[in-house]
Amino acid sequence: MTVFEKPKALADVPLHYCPGCTHGIVHRLVAEVIDELGIEGKTIGIAPVGCSVMAYNYFNCDMIEAAHGRAPAVATGVKRADPSKVVFTYQGDGDLASIGTAETVHAAARNENITVIFINNAIYGMTGGQMAPTSLPGQVTQTSPYGRDVTQCGYPVKICEMLSQLEGPEYLERVTVNSVKAVRNAKKAIKKAFQNQLDGKGFSMVEVLSSCPTNWGMTPQQALKWIDDKMIPYYPLGVYKDRSAQKEEKA
Amino acid sequence: MSDKVLMKGNEAIAEAAIIAGCRHYFGYPITPQTEIAAYMAKRMPKIGGTFLQAESEIAAINMVYGVAAAGKRCMTSSSSPGISLKGEGISYMAGADLPALVVNVQRGGPGLGGIQPSQSDYFQATRGGGHGDYHMIVLAPASVQEMASLTVKGFELADKYRMTSMILADGTMGQMMEPVSLELDVKEPPEKPWATTGTGMARPHNVVNSLFLSPDELERTNFLRYERYAQVEANETMYEEYLMDDADVCIAAFGIAARVSKNAVNAARKEGIKAGLIRPITLWPFPKAAFAKAADRVKAFVSVELSMGQLIEDVMLAVNGKAPVTLCNRVGGMIPSPEQVLDAIRKAAENGGAR
Repeated sequence: MTVFEKPKALADVPLHYCPGCTHGIVHRLVAEVIDELGIEGKTIGIAPVGCSVMAYNYFNCDMIEAAHGRAPAVATGVKRADPSKVVFTYQGDGDLASIGTAETVHAAARNENITVIFINNAIYGMTGGQMAPTSLPGQVTQTSPYGRDVTQCGYPVKICEMLSQLEGPEYLERVTVNSVKAVRNAKKAIKKAFQNQLDGKGFSMVEVLSSCPTNWGMTPQQALKWIDDKMIPYYPLGVYKDRSAQKEEKA
Repeated sequence: MSDKVLMKGNEAIAEAAIIAGCRHYFGYPITPQTEIAAYMAKRMPKIGGTFLQAESEIAAINMVYGVAAAGKRCMTSSSSPGISLKGEGISYMAGADLPALVVNVQRGGPGLGGIQPSQSDYFQATRGGGHGDYHMIVLAPASVQEMASLTVKGFELADKYRMTSMILADGTMGQMMEPVSLELDVKEPPEKPWATTGTGMARPHNVVNSLFLSPDELERTNFLRYERYAQVEANETMYEEYLMDDADVCIAAFGIAARVSKNAVNAARKEGIKAGLIRPITLWPFPKAAFAKAADRVKAFVSVELSMGQLIEDVMLAVNGKAPVTLCNRVGGMIPSPEQVLDAIRKAAENGGAR
């Protein structure tokens, strides 16, 4: 009896991610969901620019590499070209919450029927640890060497909270993957975000608080703890919008 | 004439795109091309197509990137400042070898410039416009009929060579009305086995991508792309010659400048100056051979353009020093008059010893 195996939607290649980075976990969860829903053959994924730029090598479904921040616009094109296909983007915080803010906000406002996986690790990983739009106040990075000074660089962007103010989006949830329990919960959210698309419900985004031990200057274990101690208090976990559930409640 | 309808140039582009099988249009309002978006907004929902007003030109070109990756004919349109914003997406489409049509109904620049006709995006269009080594197929209509026929041709060539085609028009071409026949020669798109349409669990995954971190691989993709460009240059160069058989003075002009120049050529002939015109229809590939051949006999060339001397550089490269090339231009939304062009022809004839 097989008790554990690689998801079929995940390619059998080594991932390039650093030790202790949680991208690998989230990749696996997305692939498990694709397997469980039986949608690999009709799914098209959009990779971002950032650490997960080479996600197109890791998923077995058709993949497109987008320009920095433009994944929701590219996904809009793919979905409009054939609405029967399943389209997801996989984006980091620099991609989704800085250079691609407009594309994110307007895809959500249109309730574009796509699934967005948003990795928030509060730093630019690929370029070597610069301040992200989601870096915490006081957080030391290569471009905020004395700590993020909110009087100069402003405050972090809270994407779930911001998008929840729009009529458009169907489903917004923030999760993390720093414990077994959290991983299980994250998978439920990701599955729901894909199921919503299959049900034609619209824009569904899961924000995943993730670790970057390399650029945070921590051990993998310290990094997981930092998510609990520092990130979650600033970015509370939970469902920020679930229109269908709200409708059911009202009914 | 019963098969002709009176249309604005911008509307002719939109209807021709639909006739060519384009069912996905993305755009952002900007003068003087907004009629294209308005036309698409009216027509697309009636024929099962998509019209989407994007949040920006950047988003619009990336939506085009998505539809093109999914293997369908699609387009966006804009005017000069908006085309600058699309430059990023156009470069990515070149890097990923995606076919699509981009329309630039030019206005004066730089910066916000004005809203009157211009040809000052010639360099941007013919040299690519974005970063990296690449070309677009650049088509320059000089009538509303050509706005329609070159739109269809643009889709055909984009699919054939997996390139972006650009219609490089100007505010005059976009706004003026002329009779146009919509009996257009549409070729079916080729198979697109590379498209990301879902594997159907029947093939390895397709990847649409412009990232190649290994230098030798990136070099190879560039070399292969330029082999394709060489085929385009060999097979798809288009131009019109007017009274060139015995011409001593040759005008180079495209679009509205070519129409004005034709009047000037006729006037010059009445004065006994043997003037002629070469009108590039493809600005890239540029009709180098036509100019090189003319240079063996023509005594002087005049580049007539709505820019500060952009077309003239390609003319000089093709003429290669065999004859003088002078500039006759207006910019900022101004258009040269036939008298100004005639005067330039007279001067060229004197300096070139043509009479």
